[in-house]
Amino acid sequence: MKAVEVDNLTKRFGQFVAVDQVSLSVEQGEIFGFLGPNGAGKSTTIRILCGLLSPTSGRATVNGFDVAAQSEQVKQNIGYMSQKFSLYDDLAVEENIEFFGGIYGVPAAEREERKRYVMRMAGLEDKGGMPTRLLPGGWKQRLALGCAVLHRPPILFLDEPTSGVDPIARREFWDLIYQFSEAGQTVFVTTHYMEEAEYCHRLALMYRGKVIALGTPQELKRQAGLPSMEQVFVEMIEREEAGA
Amino acid sequence: MNRNAWRRTAAVARKEFLHILRDTRSLVLALALPLVLLLFFGYALSLDVDRIPTLVYDQDGSPQSRTLVERFRGSRFFDILGQVDGYGEIERRIDRGEVLLGVVIGDDYSSDLAQVRPAQVQLLLDGSDSNTASIALGYAESVVQLHGLELLAEARNLKAGRTRAAAVEPRLRVWYNESLESRNYIVPGLIAVILMIIASLLTSLTIAREWESGTMEQLLSTPVRPFELALGKLSAYFVLGLADTLIAIGAGTLIFGVPLRGSLLFLFATSCVFTFGALSWGILISAVTRSQLLASQVGMVTSFLPAFLLSGFVYAIENMPAVIQVVTHIVPARYFVAMLKGIFLKGVGPAVLWTELFFLAVYGVVVFAATTRKLRQKLA
Repeated sequence: MKAVEVDNLTKRFGQFVAVDQVSLSVEQGEIFGFLGPNGAGKSTTIRILCGLLSPTSGRATVNGFDVAAQSEQVKQNIGYMSQKFSLYDDLAVEENIEFFGGIYGVPAAEREERKRYVMRMAGLEDKGGMPTRLLPGGWKQRLALGCAVLHRPPILFLDEPTSGVDPIARREFWDLIYQFSEAGQTVFVTTHYMEEAEYCHRLALMYRGKVIALGTPQELKRQAGLPSMEQVFVEMIEREEAGA
Repeated sequence: MNRNAWRRTAAVARKEFLHILRDTRSLVLALALPLVLLLFFGYALSLDVDRIPTLVYDQDGSPQSRTLVERFRGSRFFDILGQVDGYGEIERRIDRGEVLLGVVIGDDYSSDLAQVRPAQVQLLLDGSDSNTASIALGYAESVVQLHGLELLAEARNLKAGRTRAAAVEPRLRVWYNESLESRNYIVPGLIAVILMIIASLLTSLTIAREWESGTMEQLLSTPVRPFELALGKLSAYFVLGLADTLIAIGAGTLIFGVPLRGSLLFLFATSCVFTFGALSWGILISAVTRSQLLASQVGMVTSFLPAFLLSGFVYAIENMPAVIQVVTHIVPARYFVAMLKGIFLKGVGPAVLWTELFFLAVYGVVVFAATTRKLRQKLA
């Protein structure tokens, strides 16, 4: 079974086509990158896969469950981190973790151990009682990631998880993504940082709602005959513009 | 509810309760507001008319006219500010709002009486506040008429040679609010208005805040169901609502001395049902508007205005136009006000008030169901 399978997925908002007949599939344990300029339809696609939006047409499954018909099962199997920081600022670090542990239905016996794991992972072992709003950006980001993986979801959707974070914190964040992948979790991540694109196992380049290129970073560079992802990115989009 | 559903609901309730505790300013406001509103309305909103400021212009100056003036002076409803010798001063002081009533006795008052002609007394009133003026007019008329009847009876007795008069005398017995104090009537209804305002205000922000901060999107991606989210939030605010109910009932009986003749337990149970509906209404507004600013405005208008104007709390529903009367049936405060007045003043219980209680329960369930439905909708 594929972790994510997308078949001819389309999403329209009125006249505007946000996602245009996208098809792709993601293997289990893969780090799959979604690359593209702002407004390309990356976030919309992720939101459909998380059951936050209904597709206009087409089909998608996550861990074997249909996103339109079985959204409850989908939600049991995913962790999602949206673009916007989305923990509760007025709650303490531990209280946020306990809340998400509760709504993800983490069994009581595991809750304490999972909480300690997340705090260690986020580097917040001695800051459990600290109000979340006082945390620096990189820590907040890692705490949000920790809350999204409390229930050990097989698939993780991360929507621009590192925007607004300094390069060192970004690097540490990607170390975590690799750990999840090695543990067998699938990571579906959107970004517009080119060096992050290089870290992904496979990439889909999205532009104006369409997937215009798909493959490993090496394949994409070889196809275009260019040495860096940044050049590939610009070249592909210019080619698409000329064709349109 | 299975174990996980229960766990999720409890997690939401606990989180919401922490929000309430962390936001000290709102917490203080939520607990102080019922007391402030009750004191404010309870003292300011009095419909009693007494000690009407009155001026007397006695042109006659006879023993007979002075007897009539004494009748006014003897009534607790009038406060004679003085005697004047012209219309000018009465007019000036009515214009300035210092005087409400002018009593003018013509210079032929005693001679008319002596010749058994109808004697006339002129009453001048400031009618700019029509309600107060008509009550004042009623009191003044009855003083003059009563005095007239006394004179008539005296004259007849004199003629017949009797010393005692036979007359019909009403013996009044007012039920439920013996002293006819408007406060006893206002304070129970006020509890409904206060609970409606507070409940809607408290909860109207709760979902809108999650939308604005982006946490709603996060919640929608988790297994938490709309029903669990709404119930969890509601139960946290329910605790606050009950505290407010106790404060309002306590202040009403202890500070204002309103008699509580019915069962305290039934009063409390009724308040719970009403609070459930009012809180659900706030959550529904929040879920529909998705904006804190809009939600608080809509919450204020849709809770305060109907509860104040259409509940029968001060303005009698029977006096409203037929169309408005029909509209009042969808205002939950209407049923609660009726129940509060019944429990406080008449001491009646479920046997009399079950229809009102039934409507309140239906309202709560319908609004809660609508909220759950609204929350089930996706992002766009």
